[in-house]
Amino acid sequence: MSPLDCREFVEKVTSYLEGELSTAAEQDFVDHLALCDGCERYLEQMCLTTASLADLPADSISTDARSALLNAFRARRS
Amino acid sequence: MAGLPADDVLAERLRCGDQDAFALLLDGWSGGMLRVARSFVSTEESAAEVVQETWLAVIEGIERFEGRSSLKTWVYRILTNRAKRRGFREHKVVPMSSVDDSGPTVDPSRFRSAGDPFPGHWWDFPPAWPSPEQGLLGGEVRERLNEALAELPERQRLVVVLRDVEGRPYDEVCELLGITAANQRVLLHRARAFLRGKLEKYYLREGEVS
Repeated sequence: MSPLDCREFVEKVTSYLEGELSTAAEQDFVDHLALCDGCERYLEQMCLTTASLADLPADSISTDARSALLNAFRARRS
Repeated sequence: MAGLPADDVLAERLRCGDQDAFALLLDGWSGGMLRVARSFVSTEESAAEVVQETWLAVIEGIERFEGRSSLKTWVYRILTNRAKRRGFREHKVVPMSSVDDSGPTVDPSRFRSAGDPFPGHWWDFPPAWPSPEQGLLGGEVRERLNEALAELPERQRLVVVLRDVEGRPYDEVCELLGITAANQRVLLHRARAFLRGKLEKYYLREGEVS
């Protein structure tokens, strides 16, 4: 049994993904991951959540604001 | 964003009054900038004004861009400075230095207790989510995710919006928000765990988990 339990594992997910665990701590993390389907799933879901955030549609500024800014650019820069 | 020229080329085009280059940036970055601004200020209108002011400052001040950071970092610095000031005026103060975010990010009752042969291990594994198409969540789920973002405490939302939604680099986020690397990691972790939990609840409610 690895020295890390699931309750500790879930708190280390971001440090692991950010590459901030020490070599020893990362080894414990990976060892636990190899043995625990629940934590593997937890990690996958954290990654999926993170990846989906990058995929959120962005709003845009109003067309009025856009033309006002383009006008301001023209006025100042050309 | 793919297809943008290199920063020095872009900056030079802006200085020379190349309207197409400006329109490219305006259309590429304004949406993300709005989202970031909204995390600092009270209303949609304020956020839109902050973005507008930021672009005007860029138009006026592009000579001052020296290429020591990326152009986007430079623009985001102007944006966050203005948004912070605006938020302050609106008495929406986001305390960036206090660490009030502590405690476990997963409900402790989901883990076995001290007397159990396997203390600290899951009682039940987190339920499996439906397999996403093309590796990403569907439109309905993304909408829930968007709503969940709005429920986050401000500091967590700022960090996760800049890092995960806008993809800004680690050190830039520390600088823009004036927080330490350790603080950023804590806030980011709590935000991601909260959002994952929200998606789990959503799937449970929809009966889509196994």
